[in-house]
Amino acid sequence: MISVEQYLALSAVMFVIGVVGVLVRRNAIIVFMSIELMLNSVNLTLVAFSAYLGDVTGQMLVFFVMTVAAAEAAVGLAIIIALYRIRQTVNIDDINILKW
Amino acid sequence: MVEQILESLSRFLPETVLVGALCLAILSDLVFRQNRGIAPLIALGGLFLSLYYVTEQAGVSQQIFSGMIVVDPFAVFFKFLIGVTAILIVLFSFYSSEVQSTQKRIGEYFSLILALTLGMYLMAGAVNLLMMVLAIELTSLTSYILAGYTREAPDSSEASLKYMIYGALSTGLMLYGISILYGLTGATDIYGINASIAYNGVNEVTLLIAVILILVGFGYKISAVPFHFWTPDVYEGAPVTITAFLSVASKAAGFAMMIRFFRVSFIDLTPGGFPDEMWVLLQGIEWNKIVAIISVLTMTLGNLVAVWQDNLKRLLAYSSIAHAGYMLMGVVVLSNAGVAAVLIYFMVYLFMNLGAFYVVMLVANKTGKEDIDSYKGLGYRSPIVAVSFVIFLISLTGLPPTAGFIGKLYLFAALFEAKWIWLAVVGALNSVVSLYYYVRVLRNMFLRDPAEDKSPIEFSTAQIVVLIALVIPTILFGLYFAPLVDFANASIVMFGVR
Repeated sequence: MISVEQYLALSAVMFVIGVVGVLVRRNAIIVFMSIELMLNSVNLTLVAFSAYLGDVTGQMLVFFVMTVAAAEAAVGLAIIIALYRIRQTVNIDDINILKW
Repeated sequence: MVEQILESLSRFLPETVLVGALCLAILSDLVFRQNRGIAPLIALGGLFLSLYYVTEQAGVSQQIFSGMIVVDPFAVFFKFLIGVTAILIVLFSFYSSEVQSTQKRIGEYFSLILALTLGMYLMAGAVNLLMMVLAIELTSLTSYILAGYTREAPDSSEASLKYMIYGALSTGLMLYGISILYGLTGATDIYGINASIAYNGVNEVTLLIAVILILVGFGYKISAVPFHFWTPDVYEGAPVTITAFLSVASKAAGFAMMIRFFRVSFIDLTPGGFPDEMWVLLQGIEWNKIVAIISVLTMTLGNLVAVWQDNLKRLLAYSSIAHAGYMLMGVVVLSNAGVAAVLIYFMVYLFMNLGAFYVVMLVANKTGKEDIDSYKGLGYRSPIVAVSFVIFLISLTGLPPTAGFIGKLYLFAALFEAKWIWLAVVGALNSVVSLYYYVRVLRNMFLRDPAEDKSPIEFSTAQIVVLIALVIPTILFGLYFAPLVDFANASIVMFGVR
Protein backbone atom coordinates (compact mmCIF):
# COMPACT_ATOMS: atom_id res chain seq x y z
CA MET A 1 0.00 0.00 0.00
CA ILE A 2 1.46 3.31 -1.06
CA SER A 3 0.86 6.02 1.53
CA VAL A 4 -0.13 9.62 0.84
CA GLU A 5 3.30 10.83 1.98
CA GLN A 6 4.99 8.86 -0.78
CA TYR A 7 2.73 10.37 -3.43
CA LEU A 8 3.38 13.83 -2.04
CA ALA A 9 7.14 13.26 -1.97
CA LEU A 10 7.06 12.10 -5.59
CA SER A 11 5.05 15.11 -6.69
CA ALA A 12 7.35 17.47 -4.75
CA VAL A 13 10.36 15.96 -6.54
CA MET A 14 8.62 16.28 -9.91
CA PHE A 15 7.74 19.87 -9.13
CA VAL A 16 11.30 20.78 -8.22
CA ILE A 17 12.60 19.10 -11.40
CA GLY A 18 10.10 21.18 -13.35
CA VAL A 19 11.12 24.47 -11.69
CA VAL A 20 14.82 23.75 -12.17
CA GLY A 21 14.12 22.86 -15.80
CA VAL A 22 12.41 26.21 -16.42
CA LEU A 23 15.29 28.06 -14.81
CA VAL A 24 18.28 26.31 -16.42
CA ARG A 25 17.19 25.01 -19.84
CA ARG A 26 17.66 27.46 -22.72
CA ASN A 27 15.46 25.87 -25.37
CA ALA A 28 12.01 27.44 -25.21
CA ILE A 29 10.27 24.18 -26.07
CA ILE A 30 12.03 22.31 -23.25
CA VAL A 31 11.08 25.17 -20.92
CA PHE A 32 7.46 24.53 -21.83
CA MET A 33 7.90 20.80 -21.22
CA SER A 34 9.23 21.64 -17.74
CA ILE A 35 6.19 23.79 -17.08
CA GLU A 36 3.97 20.86 -18.06
CA LEU A 37 5.90 18.74 -15.57
CA MET A 38 5.17 21.30 -12.84
CA LEU A 39 1.47 21.26 -13.66
CA ASN A 40 1.40 17.46 -13.66
CA SER A 41 2.98 17.35 -10.22
CA VAL A 42 0.17 19.67 -9.10
CA ASN A 43 -2.29 17.12 -10.51
CA LEU A 44 -0.61 14.29 -8.62
CA THR A 45 -0.77 16.27 -5.36
CA LEU A 46 -4.43 17.02 -5.90
CA VAL A 47 -5.34 13.40 -6.66
CA ALA A 48 -3.33 12.12 -3.68
CA PHE A 49 -5.02 14.56 -1.31
CA SER A 50 -8.38 13.82 -2.85
CA ALA A 51 -8.01 10.09 -2.19
CA TYR A 52 -6.63 10.74 1.29
CA LEU A 53 -9.43 13.11 2.29
CA GLY A 54 -12.11 11.01 0.59
CA ASP A 55 -13.32 14.13 -1.22
CA VAL A 56 -13.84 14.29 -5.01
CA THR A 57 -13.30 18.05 -5.32
CA GLY A 58 -9.58 17.52 -5.77
CA GLN A 59 -10.14 15.17 -8.70
CA MET A 60 -12.48 17.70 -10.28
CA LEU A 61 -9.77 20.35 -9.96
CA VAL A 62 -7.40 18.05 -11.87
CA PHE A 63 -9.60 18.15 -14.97
CA PHE A 64 -9.50 21.92 -14.95
CA VAL A 65 -5.74 22.02 -14.43
CA MET A 66 -5.33 19.64 -17.40
CA THR A 67 -7.49 21.90 -19.58
CA VAL A 68 -5.55 24.95 -18.49
CA ALA A 69 -2.27 23.18 -19.25
CA ALA A 70 -3.47 22.29 -22.75
CA ALA A 71 -4.59 25.86 -23.44
CA GLU A 72 -1.30 27.20 -22.14
CA ALA A 73 0.68 24.81 -24.36
CA ALA A 74 -1.36 25.82 -27.42
CA VAL A 75 -0.80 29.54 -26.86
CA GLY A 76 2.84 29.02 -25.92
CA LEU A 77 3.69 27.00 -29.02
CA ALA A 78 1.88 29.54 -31.22
CA ILE A 79 4.01 32.32 -29.74
CA ILE A 80 7.20 30.27 -30.25
CA ILE A 81 6.28 29.71 -33.92
CA ALA A 82 5.60 33.43 -34.42
CA LEU A 83 8.98 34.25 -32.91
CA TYR A 84 10.79 31.50 -34.85
CA ARG A 85 9.50 32.94 -38.15
CA ILE A 86 11.20 36.25 -37.38
CA ARG A 87 14.34 35.15 -35.58
CA GLN A 88 15.02 31.56 -36.71
CA THR A 89 15.82 30.51 -33.15
CA VAL A 90 14.08 29.12 -30.09
CA ASN A 91 17.05 29.66 -27.78
CA ILE A 92 16.04 31.97 -24.95
CA ASP A 93 19.51 33.48 -24.65
CA ASP A 94 19.31 34.74 -28.24
CA ILE A 95 15.96 36.39 -27.63
CA ASN A 96 17.28 39.55 -26.04
CA ILE A 97 16.35 42.76 -27.84
CA LEU A 98 14.58 44.03 -24.75
CA LYS A 99 16.73 44.54 -21.70
CA TRP A 100 17.07 46.95 -18.78
CA MET B 1 -31.22 23.74 -8.42
CA VAL B 2 -32.65 25.24 -11.62
CA GLU B 3 -33.99 28.21 -9.66
CA GLN B 4 -30.55 28.73 -8.12
CA ILE B 5 -28.88 28.75 -11.53
CA LEU B 6 -31.47 31.14 -12.96
CA GLU B 7 -31.04 33.41 -9.93
CA SER B 8 -27.27 33.26 -10.41
CA LEU B 9 -27.58 34.07 -14.10
CA SER B 10 -29.58 37.19 -13.31
CA ARG B 11 -26.65 38.36 -11.16
CA PHE B 12 -24.17 37.42 -13.88
CA LEU B 13 -25.43 39.80 -16.58
CA PRO B 14 -22.25 41.93 -17.00
CA GLU B 15 -20.22 38.81 -17.77
CA THR B 16 -22.96 37.27 -19.94
CA VAL B 17 -23.12 40.43 -22.05
CA LEU B 18 -19.35 40.30 -22.54
CA VAL B 19 -19.52 36.66 -23.68
CA GLY B 20 -22.31 37.54 -26.11
CA ALA B 21 -20.40 40.51 -27.50
CA LEU B 22 -17.29 38.32 -27.81
CA CYS B 23 -19.15 35.74 -29.93
CA LEU B 24 -20.75 38.49 -32.04
CA ALA B 25 -17.40 40.18 -32.63
CA ILE B 26 -15.84 36.91 -33.86
CA LEU B 27 -18.86 36.17 -36.07
CA SER B 28 -18.96 39.65 -37.57
CA ASP B 29 -15.30 39.29 -38.40
CA LEU B 30 -16.04 36.09 -40.32
CA VAL B 31 -19.20 37.32 -42.07
CA PHE B 32 -18.41 40.92 -43.00
CA ARG B 33 -15.00 40.50 -44.58
CA GLN B 34 -15.25 43.76 -46.49
CA ASN B 35 -16.23 45.88 -43.52
CA ARG B 36 -13.78 45.59 -40.66
CA GLY B 37 -15.32 48.46 -38.72
CA ILE B 38 -18.12 46.38 -37.22
CA ALA B 39 -16.19 44.32 -34.63
CA PRO B 40 -14.81 47.41 -32.83
CA LEU B 41 -18.31 48.87 -32.58
CA ILE B 42 -19.67 45.60 -31.18
CA ALA B 43 -16.85 45.59 -28.61
CA LEU B 44 -17.60 49.17 -27.60
CA GLY B 45 -21.35 48.53 -27.40
CA GLY B 46 -20.85 45.33 -25.40
CA LEU B 47 -18.55 47.06 -22.93
CA PHE B 48 -20.98 49.94 -22.39
CA LEU B 49 -23.91 47.55 -21.87
CA SER B 50 -21.92 45.43 -19.44
CA LEU B 51 -20.82 48.55 -17.54
CA TYR B 52 -24.48 49.51 -17.27
CA TYR B 53 -25.29 46.11 -15.74
CA VAL B 54 -22.34 46.50 -13.36
CA THR B 55 -23.80 49.75 -12.04
CA GLU B 56 -27.16 47.95 -11.66
CA GLN B 57 -25.42 45.58 -9.21
CA ALA B 58 -24.59 48.37 -6.77
CA GLY B 59 -25.45 47.37 -3.21
CA VAL B 60 -25.94 43.64 -3.94
CA SER B 61 -24.07 41.21 -1.69
CA GLN B 62 -24.62 37.61 -2.68
CA GLN B 63 -22.89 34.35 -3.60
CA ILE B 64 -23.72 32.90 -6.99
CA PHE B 65 -23.15 29.59 -8.84
CA SER B 66 -22.88 27.47 -5.66
CA GLY B 67 -20.31 29.74 -4.06
CA MET B 68 -17.96 30.08 -7.04
CA ILE B 69 -18.30 33.84 -7.43
CA VAL B 70 -19.62 36.61 -5.23
CA VAL B 71 -21.29 39.82 -6.24
CA ASP B 72 -20.52 42.37 -3.53
CA PRO B 73 -19.66 46.09 -3.46
CA PHE B 74 -15.94 45.28 -3.52
CA ALA B 75 -16.25 43.21 -6.71
CA VAL B 76 -18.59 45.77 -8.28
CA PHE B 77 -16.06 48.55 -7.64
CA PHE B 78 -13.32 46.67 -9.45
CA LYS B 79 -15.62 45.60 -12.29
CA PHE B 80 -16.58 49.23 -12.75
CA LEU B 81 -12.92 50.28 -12.78
CA ILE B 82 -11.98 47.53 -15.26
CA GLY B 83 -15.00 48.28 -17.46
CA VAL B 84 -14.14 52.00 -17.68
CA THR B 85 -10.52 51.12 -18.50
CA ALA B 86 -11.62 48.70 -21.23
CA ILE B 87 -13.86 51.33 -22.85
CA LEU B 88 -11.03 53.87 -22.83
CA ILE B 89 -8.64 51.28 -24.31
CA VAL B 90 -11.07 50.52 -27.15
CA LEU B 91 -11.28 54.28 -27.83
CA PHE B 92 -7.46 54.54 -27.80
CA SER B 93 -7.30 51.62 -30.24
CA PHE B 94 -9.36 53.59 -32.78
CA TYR B 95 -6.53 56.15 -32.94
CA SER B 96 -3.54 53.83 -32.57
CA SER B 97 -1.67 53.46 -35.84
CA GLU B 98 0.00 50.30 -34.46
CA VAL B 99 -3.36 48.58 -34.12
CA GLN B 100 -5.00 50.12 -37.18
CA SER B 101 -2.13 49.00 -39.41
CA THR B 102 -3.28 45.39 -38.94
CA GLN B 103 -6.72 45.80 -40.51
CA LYS B 104 -6.99 42.14 -41.52
CA ARG B 105 -6.81 40.88 -37.93
CA ILE B 106 -8.51 43.75 -36.17
CA GLY B 107 -11.59 41.68 -35.27
CA GLU B 108 -9.38 39.31 -33.30
CA TYR B 109 -7.88 42.22 -31.41
CA PHE B 110 -11.21 43.53 -30.19
CA SER B 111 -12.63 40.10 -29.35
CA LEU B 112 -9.49 39.36 -27.30
CA ILE B 113 -9.95 42.66 -25.43
CA LEU B 114 -13.47 41.49 -24.54
CA ALA B 115 -12.12 38.11 -23.35
CA LEU B 116 -9.48 39.87 -21.27
CA THR B 117 -12.11 42.08 -19.66
CA LEU B 118 -14.22 39.00 -18.90
CA GLY B 119 -11.28 37.31 -17.20
CA MET B 120 -10.65 40.36 -15.04
CA TYR B 121 -14.34 40.64 -14.07
CA LEU B 122 -14.17 37.04 -12.89
CA MET B 123 -10.95 37.71 -10.98
CA ALA B 124 -12.67 40.52 -9.09
CA GLY B 125 -15.46 38.23 -7.88
CA ALA B 126 -13.82 34.79 -7.56
CA VAL B 127 -14.01 33.26 -4.07
CA ASN B 128 -13.25 29.64 -4.96
CA LEU B 129 -9.69 28.48 -5.61
CA LEU B 130 -10.85 26.79 -8.84
CA MET B 131 -12.55 29.95 -10.09
CA MET B 132 -9.49 32.00 -9.10
CA VAL B 133 -7.20 29.76 -11.16
CA LEU B 134 -9.51 29.79 -14.17
CA ALA B 135 -9.96 33.56 -14.03
CA ILE B 136 -6.21 34.16 -13.74
CA GLU B 137 -5.57 31.82 -16.67
CA LEU B 138 -8.22 33.44 -18.86
CA THR B 139 -6.66 36.84 -18.14
CA SER B 140 -3.09 35.62 -18.60
CA LEU B 141 -3.57 33.63 -21.81
CA THR B 142 -5.39 36.47 -23.58
CA SER B 143 -2.83 39.01 -22.44
CA TYR B 144 0.04 36.82 -23.74
CA ILE B 145 -1.62 36.83 -27.16
CA LEU B 146 -2.40 40.56 -27.07
CA ALA B 147 1.15 41.44 -26.00
CA GLY B 148 2.37 39.72 -29.18
CA TYR B 149 -0.41 41.12 -31.34
CA THR B 150 1.84 43.11 -33.69
CA ARG B 151 3.65 39.87 -34.50
CA GLU B 152 5.68 41.31 -37.38
CA ALA B 153 7.59 43.45 -34.87
CA PRO B 154 10.35 41.31 -33.28
CA ASP B 155 10.11 43.06 -29.91
CA SER B 156 6.38 42.35 -29.68
CA SER B 157 6.84 38.58 -30.15
CA GLU B 158 9.74 38.62 -27.74
CA ALA B 159 7.66 40.44 -25.12
CA SER B 160 4.94 37.86 -25.60
CA LEU B 161 7.30 34.89 -25.10
CA LYS B 162 8.89 36.39 -21.99
CA TYR B 163 5.50 37.21 -20.55
CA MET B 164 4.37 33.65 -21.25
CA ILE B 165 7.37 31.97 -19.61
CA TYR B 166 7.28 34.09 -16.45
CA GLY B 167 3.51 33.78 -16.35
CA ALA B 168 3.44 30.01 -16.75
CA LEU B 169 6.13 29.59 -14.08
CA SER B 170 4.31 31.73 -11.54
CA THR B 171 0.95 30.07 -12.29
CA GLY B 172 2.63 26.70 -11.77
CA LEU B 173 3.97 27.83 -8.38
CA MET B 174 0.60 29.25 -7.42
CA LEU B 175 -1.21 26.07 -8.46
CA TYR B 176 1.15 24.00 -6.34
CA GLY B 177 0.41 26.29 -3.39
CA ILE B 178 -3.29 25.89 -4.02
CA SER B 179 -3.02 22.11 -4.14
CA ILE B 180 -1.23 22.11 -0.77
CA LEU B 181 -3.81 24.48 0.69
CA TYR B 182 -6.58 22.16 -0.52
CA GLY B 183 -4.85 19.17 1.10
CA LEU B 184 -4.43 21.06 4.38
CA THR B 185 -7.96 22.36 4.69
CA GLY B 186 -10.03 20.04 2.50
CA ALA B 187 -11.89 23.08 1.17
CA THR B 188 -11.65 25.03 -2.07
CA ASP B 189 -13.68 28.12 -1.24
CA ILE B 190 -12.02 30.80 0.84
CA TYR B 191 -14.77 30.79 3.49
CA GLY B 192 -14.29 27.06 3.99
CA ILE B 193 -10.52 27.55 4.19
CA ASN B 194 -11.03 30.25 6.80
CA ALA B 195 -13.32 28.03 8.88
CA SER B 196 -11.00 25.05 8.59
CA ILE B 197 -7.96 27.01 9.75
CA ALA B 198 -9.89 28.67 12.57
CA TYR B 199 -11.64 25.58 13.96
CA ASN B 200 -9.44 22.61 13.09
CA GLY B 201 -6.01 24.17 13.17
CA VAL B 202 -3.45 23.22 10.55
CA ASN B 203 0.28 22.61 10.33
CA GLU B 204 1.80 26.10 10.41
CA VAL B 205 4.88 25.39 8.34
CA THR B 206 2.91 23.77 5.54
CA LEU B 207 0.42 26.64 5.56
CA LEU B 208 3.33 29.06 5.36
CA ILE B 209 4.73 27.30 2.27
CA ALA B 210 1.32 27.23 0.60
CA VAL B 211 0.66 30.91 1.24
CA ILE B 212 4.12 31.95 0.01
CA LEU B 213 3.59 30.00 -3.22
CA ILE B 214 0.19 31.65 -3.72
CA LEU B 215 1.73 35.04 -2.97
CA VAL B 216 4.11 34.45 -5.91
CA GLY B 217 1.11 34.20 -8.24
CA PHE B 218 -0.38 37.45 -6.94
CA GLY B 219 3.01 39.17 -6.93
CA TYR B 220 3.43 38.32 -10.60
CA LYS B 221 0.03 39.74 -11.53
CA ILE B 222 0.61 43.05 -9.73
CA SER B 223 4.31 43.08 -10.80
CA ALA B 224 5.75 43.35 -7.29
CA VAL B 225 9.51 42.93 -6.79
CA PRO B 226 10.97 40.24 -7.02
CA PHE B 227 8.36 38.93 -9.48
CA HIS B 228 8.49 41.99 -11.73
CA PHE B 229 11.07 40.91 -14.34
CA TRP B 230 8.55 40.55 -17.13
CA THR B 231 7.03 44.01 -16.66
CA PRO B 232 9.52 46.36 -18.39
CA ASP B 233 10.05 44.00 -21.34
CA VAL B 234 6.36 43.36 -21.89
CA TYR B 235 5.41 47.00 -21.45
CA GLU B 236 8.03 48.08 -23.96
CA GLY B 237 7.34 45.37 -26.55
CA ALA B 238 3.55 45.21 -26.50
CA PRO B 239 1.38 47.70 -28.44
CA VAL B 240 0.86 50.87 -26.31
CA THR B 241 -2.86 50.27 -25.96
CA ILE B 242 -2.26 46.82 -24.47
CA THR B 243 0.50 48.15 -22.22
CA ALA B 244 -1.90 50.75 -20.86
CA PHE B 245 -4.60 48.12 -20.34
CA LEU B 246 -2.25 45.74 -18.51
CA SER B 247 -0.78 48.49 -16.35
CA VAL B 248 -4.18 49.51 -14.98
CA ALA B 249 -6.78 46.76 -15.33
CA SER B 250 -4.60 43.69 -14.92
CA LYS B 251 -3.00 45.20 -11.84
CA ALA B 252 -6.41 46.15 -10.44
CA ALA B 253 -7.74 42.62 -10.92
CA GLY B 254 -4.62 41.19 -9.25
CA PHE B 255 -5.00 43.52 -6.28
CA ALA B 256 -8.72 42.74 -5.99
CA MET B 257 -8.06 39.02 -5.82
CA MET B 258 -5.10 39.37 -3.46
CA ILE B 259 -6.92 41.65 -1.00
CA ARG B 260 -9.98 39.40 -1.00
CA PHE B 261 -7.92 36.24 -0.51
CA PHE B 262 -5.88 37.58 2.40
CA ARG B 263 -8.70 39.47 4.04
CA VAL B 264 -11.23 36.67 3.97
CA SER B 265 -9.00 33.64 4.51
CA PHE B 266 -7.04 34.81 7.49
CA ILE B 267 -9.28 36.91 9.70
CA ASP B 268 -10.81 35.53 12.84
CA LEU B 269 -14.54 35.05 12.19
CA THR B 270 -15.14 32.67 15.09
CA PRO B 271 -17.63 33.85 17.74
CA GLY B 272 -15.76 36.04 20.20
CA GLY B 273 -12.93 36.62 17.70
CA PHE B 274 -11.64 39.95 16.48
CA PRO B 275 -12.75 40.40 12.87
CA ASP B 276 -11.00 43.77 12.69
CA GLU B 277 -7.55 42.29 13.14
CA MET B 278 -6.03 41.10 9.90
CA TRP B 279 -3.66 38.19 9.31
CA VAL B 280 -4.41 36.67 12.75
CA LEU B 281 -4.79 33.11 11.49
CA LEU B 282 -1.31 33.10 9.97
CA GLN B 283 0.64 32.45 13.11
CA GLY B 284 4.39 32.28 13.51
CA ILE B 285 5.37 34.95 11.01
CA GLU B 286 4.48 38.61 10.88
CA TRP B 287 2.88 38.72 7.46
CA ASN B 288 2.32 42.43 7.39
CA LYS B 289 6.09 42.90 7.77
CA ILE B 290 6.74 40.60 4.79
CA VAL B 291 4.29 42.57 2.66
CA ALA B 292 5.81 45.82 3.94
CA ILE B 293 9.27 44.68 2.83
CA ILE B 294 7.94 43.65 -0.61
CA SER B 295 6.24 47.05 -0.84
CA VAL B 296 9.43 48.96 0.02
CA LEU B 297 11.51 46.89 -2.43
CA THR B 298 8.91 47.35 -5.17
CA MET B 299 8.63 51.12 -4.98
CA THR B 300 12.33 51.73 -4.41
CA LEU B 301 13.50 49.50 -7.27
CA GLY B 302 10.79 50.83 -9.58
CA ASN B 303 11.71 54.45 -8.92
CA LEU B 304 15.49 54.04 -8.93
CA VAL B 305 15.64 52.07 -12.18
CA ALA B 306 13.18 54.44 -13.86
CA VAL B 307 15.74 57.22 -13.43
CA TRP B 308 18.04 55.56 -16.02
CA GLN B 309 15.41 54.88 -18.67
CA ASP B 310 15.43 56.60 -22.04
CA ASN B 311 12.46 54.85 -23.60
CA LEU B 312 9.29 56.47 -22.31
CA LYS B 313 7.25 53.25 -22.37
CA ARG B 314 9.93 51.55 -20.31
CA LEU B 315 10.08 54.53 -17.95
CA LEU B 316 6.33 54.31 -17.41
CA ALA B 317 6.69 50.54 -16.88
CA TYR B 318 9.08 51.12 -13.98
CA SER B 319 6.88 53.91 -12.70
CA SER B 320 3.94 51.48 -12.71
CA ILE B 321 6.04 49.02 -10.68
CA ALA B 322 6.65 51.83 -8.20
CA HIS B 323 2.93 52.57 -8.04
CA ALA B 324 2.23 48.90 -7.28
CA GLY B 325 4.61 49.41 -4.34
CA TYR B 326 2.64 52.41 -3.09
CA MET B 327 -0.60 50.46 -3.31
CA LEU B 328 0.93 47.52 -1.44
CA MET B 329 1.36 49.90 1.50
CA GLY B 330 -2.43 49.79 1.79
CA VAL B 331 -2.35 45.97 1.73
CA VAL B 332 0.12 46.03 4.64
CA VAL B 333 -2.49 47.72 6.78
CA LEU B 334 -5.45 45.83 5.27
CA SER B 335 -7.79 47.62 7.69
CA ASN B 336 -10.92 49.28 6.34
CA ALA B 337 -8.99 52.55 5.94
CA GLY B 338 -6.13 50.74 4.18
CA VAL B 339 -8.37 48.99 1.66
CA ALA B 340 -10.36 52.18 1.03
CA ALA B 341 -7.07 54.01 0.36
CA VAL B 342 -6.07 51.37 -2.20
CA LEU B 343 -9.44 51.74 -3.93
CA ILE B 344 -9.12 55.55 -4.03
CA TYR B 345 -5.59 55.23 -5.39
CA PHE B 346 -6.74 52.87 -8.14
CA MET B 347 -9.52 55.20 -9.31
CA VAL B 348 -7.01 58.05 -9.53
CA TYR B 349 -4.29 55.88 -11.07
CA LEU B 350 -6.73 54.80 -13.79
CA PHE B 351 -6.99 58.31 -15.24
CA MET B 352 -3.44 59.56 -14.76
CA ASN B 353 -1.71 56.40 -15.98
CA LEU B 354 -3.98 55.84 -18.99
CA GLY B 355 -3.53 59.53 -19.80
CA ALA B 356 0.25 59.25 -19.77
CA PHE B 357 0.20 56.17 -22.01
CA TYR B 358 -2.30 57.87 -24.34
CA VAL B 359 0.07 60.81 -24.84
CA VAL B 360 2.94 58.39 -25.56
CA MET B 361 0.72 56.68 -28.13
CA LEU B 362 -0.32 59.96 -29.81
CA VAL B 363 3.28 61.15 -30.09
CA ALA B 364 4.51 57.76 -31.33
CA ASN B 365 1.77 57.79 -33.98
CA LYS B 366 3.16 61.02 -35.43
CA THR B 367 6.91 60.74 -34.83
CA GLY B 368 7.29 56.94 -34.71
CA LYS B 369 9.57 57.32 -31.68
CA GLU B 370 9.18 56.57 -28.00
CA ASP B 371 12.51 57.78 -26.61
CA ILE B 372 12.76 60.77 -24.32
CA ASP B 373 14.80 62.81 -26.81
CA SER B 374 11.97 62.82 -29.32
CA TYR B 375 9.94 64.84 -26.78
CA LYS B 376 12.31 67.81 -27.06
CA GLY B 377 10.35 70.92 -27.84
CA LEU B 378 6.99 69.17 -27.77
CA GLY B 379 5.72 72.10 -25.69
CA TYR B 380 6.06 74.32 -28.78
CA ARG B 381 5.10 71.76 -31.39
CA SER B 382 1.87 70.69 -29.72
CA PRO B 383 1.03 72.72 -26.58
CA ILE B 384 -2.26 70.99 -25.67
CA VAL B 385 -0.74 67.51 -25.63
CA ALA B 386 2.37 68.68 -23.78
CA VAL B 387 0.40 70.51 -21.09
CA SER B 388 -1.86 67.49 -20.58
CA PHE B 389 1.22 65.31 -20.26
CA VAL B 390 2.55 67.68 -17.58
CA ILE B 391 -0.69 67.29 -15.64
CA PHE B 392 -0.53 63.49 -15.82
CA LEU B 393 3.10 63.41 -14.75
CA ILE B 394 2.54 65.80 -11.83
CA SER B 395 -0.36 63.63 -10.77
CA LEU B 396 1.78 60.49 -11.02
CA THR B 397 4.35 62.18 -8.78
CA GLY B 398 1.58 62.94 -6.30
CA LEU B 399 1.74 66.72 -6.11
CA PRO B 400 -1.30 68.93 -5.41
CA PRO B 401 -3.62 70.08 -6.91
CA THR B 402 -3.92 66.89 -8.93
CA ALA B 403 -5.73 63.67 -8.10
CA GLY B 404 -2.49 61.78 -7.47
CA PHE B 405 -2.01 63.86 -4.32
CA ILE B 406 -5.37 62.71 -2.92
CA GLY B 407 -4.49 59.08 -3.62
CA LYS B 408 -1.19 59.34 -1.75
CA LEU B 409 -2.73 61.41 1.05
CA TYR B 410 -5.26 58.71 1.93
CA LEU B 411 -2.62 55.96 1.71
CA PHE B 412 -0.31 57.81 4.09
CA ALA B 413 -3.22 58.64 6.41
CA ALA B 414 -4.12 54.94 6.65
CA LEU B 415 -0.48 54.13 7.44
CA PHE B 416 -0.25 56.78 10.16
CA GLU B 417 -3.47 55.56 11.70
CA ALA B 418 -2.03 52.03 11.93
CA LYS B 419 1.34 53.29 13.28
CA TRP B 420 3.39 52.41 10.22
CA ILE B 421 5.26 55.73 10.25
CA TRP B 422 8.56 54.43 8.80
CA LEU B 423 6.75 52.94 5.82
CA ALA B 424 4.99 56.25 5.13
CA VAL B 425 8.35 58.03 5.29
CA VAL B 426 9.85 55.59 2.76
CA GLY B 427 6.84 56.17 0.51
CA ALA B 428 7.25 59.94 0.71
CA LEU B 429 10.99 59.73 -0.05
CA ASN B 430 10.19 57.56 -3.05
CA SER B 431 7.82 60.20 -4.39
CA VAL B 432 10.72 62.64 -4.30
CA VAL B 433 12.86 60.29 -6.39
CA SER B 434 10.03 59.87 -8.88
CA LEU B 435 9.82 63.64 -9.26
CA TYR B 436 13.32 63.58 -10.78
CA TYR B 437 12.54 61.37 -13.75
CA TYR B 438 9.12 62.85 -14.40
CA VAL B 439 10.64 66.34 -14.47
CA ARG B 440 13.26 65.11 -16.94
CA VAL B 441 10.44 64.61 -19.43
CA LEU B 442 8.98 68.04 -18.65
CA ARG B 443 12.38 69.68 -19.14
CA ASN B 444 12.73 68.07 -22.55
CA MET B 445 9.29 69.22 -23.58
CA PHE B 446 9.56 72.87 -22.56
CA LEU B 447 13.18 73.89 -22.04
CA ARG B 448 14.90 72.13 -24.95
CA ASP B 449 14.70 73.05 -28.61
CA PRO B 450 13.38 70.40 -30.94
CA ALA B 451 16.26 68.39 -32.44
CA GLU B 452 15.61 68.67 -36.19
CA ASP B 453 11.89 68.84 -36.99
CA LYS B 454 10.35 72.08 -35.64
CA SER B 455 6.98 71.88 -37.39
CA PRO B 456 3.85 71.82 -35.21
CA ILE B 457 2.21 68.41 -34.72
CA GLU B 458 -1.51 68.38 -35.48
CA PHE B 459 -3.97 66.03 -33.80
CA SER B 460 -7.59 65.44 -34.80
CA THR B 461 -10.39 66.93 -32.69
CA ALA B 462 -11.61 63.49 -31.59
CA GLN B 463 -8.15 62.61 -30.28
CA ILE B 464 -8.02 65.86 -28.30
CA VAL B 465 -11.51 65.23 -26.89
CA VAL B 466 -10.40 61.84 -25.48
CA LEU B 467 -7.32 63.53 -24.04
CA ILE B 468 -9.35 66.24 -22.32
CA ALA B 469 -11.73 63.57 -21.01
CA LEU B 470 -8.74 62.11 -19.15
CA VAL B 471 -7.32 65.46 -17.99
CA ILE B 472 -10.59 66.64 -16.40
CA PRO B 473 -10.91 63.82 -13.81
CA THR B 474 -7.18 64.02 -13.07
CA ILE B 475 -7.61 67.63 -11.95
CA LEU B 476 -11.20 67.43 -10.72
CA PHE B 477 -10.55 64.57 -8.26
CA GLY B 478 -7.68 66.61 -6.87
CA LEU B 479 -9.99 69.48 -5.98
CA TYR B 480 -13.33 67.81 -5.31
CA PHE B 481 -12.70 64.31 -4.06
CA ALA B 482 -15.61 63.72 -1.66
CA PRO B 483 -17.62 61.54 -4.11
CA LEU B 484 -14.52 59.45 -4.84
CA VAL B 485 -13.89 58.87 -1.14
CA ASP B 486 -17.54 58.03 -0.49
CA PHE B 487 -17.56 55.55 -3.40
CA ALA B 488 -14.40 53.85 -2.08
CA ASN B 489 -15.67 53.73 1.51
CA ALA B 490 -18.93 52.16 0.35
CA SER B 491 -17.01 49.60 -1.72
CA ILE B 492 -14.88 47.98 0.96
CA VAL B 493 -17.76 45.71 1.96
CA MET B 494 -16.94 42.10 1.10
CA PHE B 495 -19.33 39.19 1.21
CA GLY B 496 -18.86 37.13 4.35
CA VAL B 497 -16.78 39.69 6.25
CA ARG B 498 -18.55 41.35 9.13
